[in-house]
Amino acid sequence: MKIELVRDPIDGGALAEEIKAGSDGAVCVFDGIVRDNTRGRRTLHLDYEAYEEMALTQMQQLSEQAITKFGVRDVTLVHRLGRLLVGETSVLIVVASAHRGAAFDACRWLIDTLKKQVPIWKKEQFVDGAVWADGEPFPEEIAGAAQ
Amino acid sequence: MAVYFGVRFTYSYAVRPSTMRVKMRLFGPLKESGASAEGWRELRSGESVGGLLAVLRGEGALPEKLLAASAVAVNQEYALPAQVLQDGDEVAILPPVSGGRQ
Repeated sequence: MKIELVRDPIDGGALAEEIKAGSDGAVCVFDGIVRDNTRGRRTLHLDYEAYEEMALTQMQQLSEQAITKFGVRDVTLVHRLGRLLVGETSVLIVVASAHRGAAFDACRWLIDTLKKQVPIWKKEQFVDGAVWADGEPFPEEIAGAAQ
Repeated sequence: MAVYFGVRFTYSYAVRPSTMRVKMRLFGPLKESGASAEGWRELRSGESVGGLLAVLRGEGALPEKLLAASAVAVNQEYALPAQVLQDGDEVAILPPVSGGRQ
């Protein structure tokens, strides 16, 4: 497994290539990129920040769970922090597996779960102001402060 | 030997503190709006996550709307309100994480 938080551009092609092994029949890549607008409001750039120690632990745990839950062989999970421009990769997930079904399923589960519980935040800078993205409500089992 | 044990017992009993210190960390929009709540803070021994949240609410240092939507992590693991805090714990208040919902 390769689990990283980085501040430089993510080379998705290289990461998708280096995971491959002889027993794999499928490599599934999710490349999350910066969109040029949010609900029609034009985005200039995004600033990502993380609770880094916890985010890395969570990313490691999710990758281990994905391997166990879906029976895939290996996972690469890389998230970029700092300022990102439109079109740049913020998160890259690569799943290698003997068969495609498990690779698709694990990849989908990883991005959906990451976005709900890995402590990373983004601030959106628009032409006319900046806001912290709303974020998803926490799953009930970890929503500690919502009383 | 007996004297040694006696001394140790007395010592540990005498310094058992009634308060403890935890290190508060805030992130994202909560850090921007409530940076003064960050850092080491003294709590009564045996305080829970929920108790700490009540203290924070009492101080009014953090916006309630954000706080109500937040999760808490103790030593980098998600924690529920009933969890009892220990001296030296790192307690983070985490506003909803935003990989984004689309």
